[in-house]
Amino acid sequence: MSVKTKDILLEPVVKNNPITLQILGICSALAVTTSMQVSLVMALAVIGVTTFSNLAVSLIRNQIPNSIRIICQMTVIASLVIVVDQILKAYAFDISKQLSVFVGLIITNCIVMGRAEAFAMKNGPMLSALDGFGNGLGYGCVLLVIAFFRELFGAGNLFGVEILKTVNNGGWYLPNGLMLLAPSAFFLIGLLIWAIRSWKTEQVEAVEFKIAPNTQFSEAH
Amino acid sequence: MGNDSIKKTLLVTVVLSLICSVLVSAAAVLLKPLQEQNVKLDVQRNILAISGLTQDAKALSVAEVDELYLQIQPRLVDLKTGKFIEQTPDGLTVDQYDQRMAAKNPAESRSLTGGADIAGIRRQADVAKVYLVEKDGNMQTLILPVHGYGLWSTMYGFLALENNLNTVKGFGFFEQGETPGLGGEVNNPRWTSRWPGKEIYGAGGNVALKVIKGSVDAANPAAMSQIDGLAGATLTSNGVSNLIKFWLSDTGFKPFLNNLKAGDA
Repeated sequence: MSVKTKDILLEPVVKNNPITLQILGICSALAVTTSMQVSLVMALAVIGVTTFSNLAVSLIRNQIPNSIRIICQMTVIASLVIVVDQILKAYAFDISKQLSVFVGLIITNCIVMGRAEAFAMKNGPMLSALDGFGNGLGYGCVLLVIAFFRELFGAGNLFGVEILKTVNNGGWYLPNGLMLLAPSAFFLIGLLIWAIRSWKTEQVEAVEFKIAPNTQFSEAH
Repeated sequence: MGNDSIKKTLLVTVVLSLICSVLVSAAAVLLKPLQEQNVKLDVQRNILAISGLTQDAKALSVAEVDELYLQIQPRLVDLKTGKFIEQTPDGLTVDQYDQRMAAKNPAESRSLTGGADIAGIRRQADVAKVYLVEKDGNMQTLILPVHGYGLWSTMYGFLALENNLNTVKGFGFFEQGETPGLGGEVNNPRWTSRWPGKEIYGAGGNVALKVIKGSVDAANPAAMSQIDGLAGATLTSNGVSNLIKFWLSDTGFKPFLNNLKAGDA
């Protein structure tokens, strides 16, 4: 594997992560991360959709008229998502019940469309598929990290296996109910972004907007 | 022909739509039998889990579910008269009837308003689908469908009764969207295991079974109809009490249970 393909595949995992750097796909990251198992299936679904949508968009990129390129990408993505949803309903019924609308909402996940527009429209099919896979992987990794903390501290389990025996089941651990609610994912994602940017300081964004001090009059910058 | 000409634009639109629609419809058609089987299996597992015929309905294989389910007989009940019926007024048989769809259809349901709607369900189907577990022609267990509003969601579940029609044999929800970790504990097996053995009707024939706040005091004579509340989930607990009261009083299954007791259903 050449250095370039490796970069395309692995850069989105930490260095250019769609969630922690680009702050995309937050909605579903809040919703599906209450358990590791559900997060894993969601991650696989998104990896499948980003890979194949990038591949398909890249294959037809030279035929797509500029004026309708967004709706063409959307059609490809929407079709793939419906197929993934149907497959989950057929082969992973319990999990598809838990994921409910969020599989369908992969269509609106900015990561998928963002990669189609930013990468697949400009690069060949192989590289585009790798880029889609890498970005799906980056999304999935963050999902699993968040789900690890939420399931462990919210329910005392990991992948449904009891790790900390909760009071409700006759043990000692009093679960933190907040972890099972969506706001906790905001906190965790925030902390994760902080941790990554402390480690990789080049990710810190320049301040765009300065608040003028109260004592003196000045136009906002 | 440039990519941006009108002809090319229309051509790409038509071809892309055609390919995508073939893909989507192929997936939907090919996977449909499997999906329908999943939905059916899910309902059967839920009923088996409540019936007392198995310890762990989730662990059963498809063949085992099929075999155990032979012992369960779905029947239709007219809630107004409290009698078994073979067909709904619309001519649907028990296999075709879907109580949840019927509750949405004004022709097959009645609207509940104000004080009558303690379970918060707005409309109640005229016909209910109940399940009997029979052995040698005698009813062992009666499984009643119940639902009602908790804190955030309508909770759908089953209540199984012993053949004296007054003692709870099993209870559980198969669909609910209450707060995970708090109200969502209505599904915790440790909590649902407190239900079997409790009695529904008190001395006056009213529904006595309810979820109380805090823990049940075993010395209290009412304890045989009381269930421990869910900690931190008072509104969900109240919702459960309300739906039990609704479905077991005159608005729900009480006329039917009385008929059954008299041997006249």
